[in-house]
Amino acid sequence: MSAANTVNPPVVFTQDELGWVAWIDPLPETELTERHFAGLVDRARAKSEYFRLLVRDPEVLEARTKTDKDIFYNTADGLPRAERELAAAATSRYNGCIYCASVHARFASTYSKRRDDVQRLLDEGIGADLGERWNAVVKASVALAATPTAFDQDNIEELRRAGLDDAEIVDVINGASFFNWANRLMLSLGESTK
Amino acid sequence: MSTTDIIDTLAGIEPGSSLDAIRAKRAQARENAQKSYLALFEPVDASDFSLAERATVALFVIGLHGEPNVTAFYRAKLAATDGAGLVETIEAEVTRGRTSGPYGAFPAGPLSIENKAGLVYGVSADRKSALGTRLAAALEHAHLLVFRPRDAASADMKALLSAGWSNTGIVTLSQLVAFLSFQVRVVSGLRTLGAASA
Repeated sequence: MSAANTVNPPVVFTQDELGWVAWIDPLPETELTERHFAGLVDRARAKSEYFRLLVRDPEVLEARTKTDKDIFYNTADGLPRAERELAAAATSRYNGCIYCASVHARFASTYSKRRDDVQRLLDEGIGADLGERWNAVVKASVALAATPTAFDQDNIEELRRAGLDDAEIVDVINGASFFNWANRLMLSLGESTK
Repeated sequence: MSTTDIIDTLAGIEPGSSLDAIRAKRAQARENAQKSYLALFEPVDASDFSLAERATVALFVIGLHGEPNVTAFYRAKLAATDGAGLVETIEAEVTRGRTSGPYGAFPAGPLSIENKAGLVYGVSADRKSALGTRLAAALEHAHLLVFRPRDAASADMKALLSAGWSNTGIVTLSQLVAFLSFQVRVVSGLRTLGAASA
């Protein structure tokens, strides 16, 4: 509800930085207690409208944030960060979360140095030809995002042919699945703005 | 607190298996996916969203995903709450609500050619009284989140508020539906990988 008349929603997928405005009231910064700060995990997140809304349920937010961080940042013995971000961006492209796609497309570009390929995913959609390895990651992410899920043995075989071992495939499953969580919150509790 | 890891249980991951070892490398994610489940289903404060309501929405959401063993788990969960009498009602609504997603509309513009029409679910008139206003609104919102999240609009928040949901209750309801969308996919993905490695 806040700033409803200043929203200028993006109408295309982009790697530009976007804002996000809540449709229901976040907690005011002045009302945050230690229980809320524990939920925010990083105190700086108190500046974000999105996190001050989610912190209405601090225990769920804390567990969600820690799940998110390990799935994306812990790259020991697993898939490179760029391809986890690719899974997040592809999932967001397919579900239709322009805000989530913008953030994770930027990360995918930063970590892969393949900005043009990432942009083709955004412009052309999930059918863009990005080479065997990225195609396999995008296809697996899209199959997982379908409801009911369409992820099957063919996805596993394709990921293996593209050189992923089972630990890396688990990183794809985790990263893509996590964005089915993130997309639904971002899309339904508020909207993105340019 | 429960000590059994729900994702491992539902995905059939045995202690000492190769998938168990792989999941152990992401110990924080594994532990916090479990803590997310506990925070939603064994919360410290259920005043904005009761345990029976949580289990009711969960069975509906998971039922829509068509994963039999996960559905059985959440059916048993609802049957163990005050909402036990609603199991058949929810299963009938799952049958009415089942479809394939994601679909919905993009913001008007170049993406409009990708718009995909699909079922806009409403609870059946003759089951509304059994469910009550709050749960009927919650199921309709849950269906929107499961199948056509890109259709969500501020009017959907207003519908929940008018049905008696608080701002905090709406946040937890949204988290519950979104978390289950994650959990059921991790389970399905790991199960598929486990079968491929057997």
